Amino acid sequence: MFSKRKITIIWMAVLLALFAAGCKKKAGPPPPPPPPPAKPEPPKITPAAPVVSQFSAEPSSIQRGQSSTLRWGVTGETTRISISQGIGEVQRTGNQRVNPSETTTYTLTATGPGGTTTSSATVDVTAPPPPPPPPPPPPPTITLDKRLDSDVQDAFFDYDKSDIRSDASATLTRDAAALKSILADFPNATIVIEGHCDERGSAEYNLGLGDRRSTAAKEFLQQLGVPADRLKTISYGKERPQCTEQNESCWQRNRRAHFAPQ
Amino acid sequence: MKQLLWFTIASLGVLLVLTAQEFGPITVSKNAARPKLGIPDFRGAAEAQNFMGAFNQTLWDDVKGSGLYDMVAKTSYPTFVPQQPSDLQTPAPSARVAPGGGHLMNDWSSPPPQLDFLAFGYSAAQNGVFILSGWLYDVRPNVSNHQVIGKRYLGTVDEAGARKTAHEFAADIIAALGGKSTFGTHIYFASSRTGHKEIWAMDPDGKNERQITHYNSISDFPSVSPDGSKIAFTSWAKVTPGIFVFSVDPVRDLRYYNQNASVNETPSFTPDGKQIVYASSAGGRCCRIFIAGLDGRGFRPISSASVIEVEPKVNPKTGSEIVFVSGRSGPQQIYKMNMDGADVERLTPGNGEASNPSWHPDGQIIAFAWTQGFATGNFNVFTMDVASRQYVQLTHSEGRNENPSWAPDGVHLVFMSTRSGRKQIWSMLADGSQPQQLTTQGNNESPVWGK
Repeated sequence: MFSKRKITIIWMAVLLALFAAGCKKKAGPPPPPPPPPAKPEPPKITPAAPVVSQFSAEPSSIQRGQSSTLRWGVTGETTRISISQGIGEVQRTGNQRVNPSETTTYTLTATGPGGTTTSSATVDVTAPPPPPPPPPPPPPTITLDKRLDSDVQDAFFDYDKSDIRSDASATLTRDAAALKSILADFPNATIVIEGHCDERGSAEYNLGLGDRRSTAAKEFLQQLGVPADRLKTISYGKERPQCTEQNESCWQRNRRAHFAPQ
Repeated sequence: MKQLLWFTIASLGVLLVLTAQEFGPITVSKNAARPKLGIPDFRGAAEAQNFMGAFNQTLWDDVKGSGLYDMVAKTSYPTFVPQQPSDLQTPAPSARVAPGGGHLMNDWSSPPPQLDFLAFGYSAAQNGVFILSGWLYDVRPNVSNHQVIGKRYLGTVDEAGARKTAHEFAADIIAALGGKSTFGTHIYFASSRTGHKEIWAMDPDGKNERQITHYNSISDFPSVSPDGSKIAFTSWAKVTPGIFVFSVDPVRDLRYYNQNASVNETPSFTPDGKQIVYASSAGGRCCRIFIAGLDGRGFRPISSASVIEVEPKVNPKTGSEIVFVSGRSGPQQIYKMNMDGADVERLTPGNGEASNPSWHPDGQIIAFAWTQGFATGNFNVFTMDVASRQYVQLTHSEGRNENPSWAPDGVHLVFMSTRSGRKQIWSMLADGSQPQQLTTQGNNESPVWGK
């Protein structure tokens, strides 16, 4: 099968392979061993004071009524661990919810054979924000409008007349009280008394009639003590009717003295 | 060339005014026999035809509006309409045309149209000019010279130009009877069409409306100066009602000084145009009659009654008396007094309510609004001879009829009426005939008719 020469070559190859493998396995010298650990000093006999590893208040700042949590941890030999502010004796580690009503400093005291260690944590207590202020008063003109609308009534007149009739007299007497109050509440306000007419007479004549109506109303109020310098008059004649139906009900509504802010 | 020569000759011979005896004096009366006039529709050559609708309407309305002619309906005219004199033949036995067709003058002077006068003509656009050739013929057979008017009128080639020539031709036709056209005069009034009552102006036919004030307030009661150059009115533009005086061309505030008062209103001009009479609440209750300079200075009261007195109007002819509205005897009535406030007389009898006096240019007649015979507020327009107190009712309860104002011609009145629904401006003749609505937009009132 194989010739002798071939066998020789195989052997040589095998040997060569073995040799190569043997070379690879041959590593360098091993690393020096680590140095031996240093020999610790023998501990002293005197015991150490306890160590407060943690004493905190989370959160450290609260609003009145909220709570904060104290967390603590103490190591070392202890005989007693306590926290001030009435918390008293506690374990080496722990937490405690507190809700102080004012800024409070908590002191943790750890006592052991080695001495006493203290640590403190402060919880800042802030007052809660004030409630929102009451809504600001609406601007005076709007209120003045509304006050006039709600508190002061129109005075009505007979056709082609500017005399104060008995019902208008009663109305204007109530109006006088209301106007005094309103003028006191709005010290810068001036009230305009508008004189109006129904549509029947001529526009030119009604302009004069409206002026007489507003003037009559002003003089009546003046006699009841409403300050005249805070009252102005203007006639609109029949230019600004509040209704346009052609019947007495509407005409009466338009024959009036009306009050408006200036 | 021949035609041009003809026009020159014709133009020189125009305005042959008829003698007054033929038709009587110029008075407007329903019973007066007015000459019958026919105005067939004019046609235009080429481009000019586009504007002949506006032309024909304007010509007809103007001439009819004068009240001087009896306008004969177009439906009664012959079929052939002459466009120039050569189209009209005088009766000739040898004429080839059949009678009745319109070619013969006799066709127009005999029934059915039976005209006294015939206006005819045509228009053309030439070199960018609208040319209206117009004739007025006296077609009656016994007249020796038939042509009364033969003239050319020029305008721009658009509707405005066509209307202008119509107004001018109509003015000549009206003048042929001694009348005066209202074309070129102006009507001022108050309109709330913008949402605020403002003073407006327009032509007498309601065209060419233009806004005078822009106060966005209330502006009303305009009056116009005798020469037509200024208006005075009442406005709330500065809060309380006060007087304003404006020039109208150009529109300018002449800065009238208002005396301190809660009301200054209803200004009108004196006949010399140099002073203002008005009503004011100054120094008492509203209102007394005052007089002041055109700028409002030098004011002084004329009347002294302690009642409402408004709307003073000085007699335009004499300048020595004032009509005004007063509540002296109760409901508002028309009164008259001298310029110094003396000799106060009530003109209206005292019943109903009377307002809005307006002097006729002759200074003898007033127009006014009065509720006599009707419910309170239902005004009608009346005229009154101031000397005799005789009055005539011109409107008859067709809505409210107020604010009459005489035209400068003394033949027309303008007034406010609600007869068509809203407040609108109308014109009519002095006898109440031919009412014509001039405005349509919004509410319109307080018209005054000036030069």
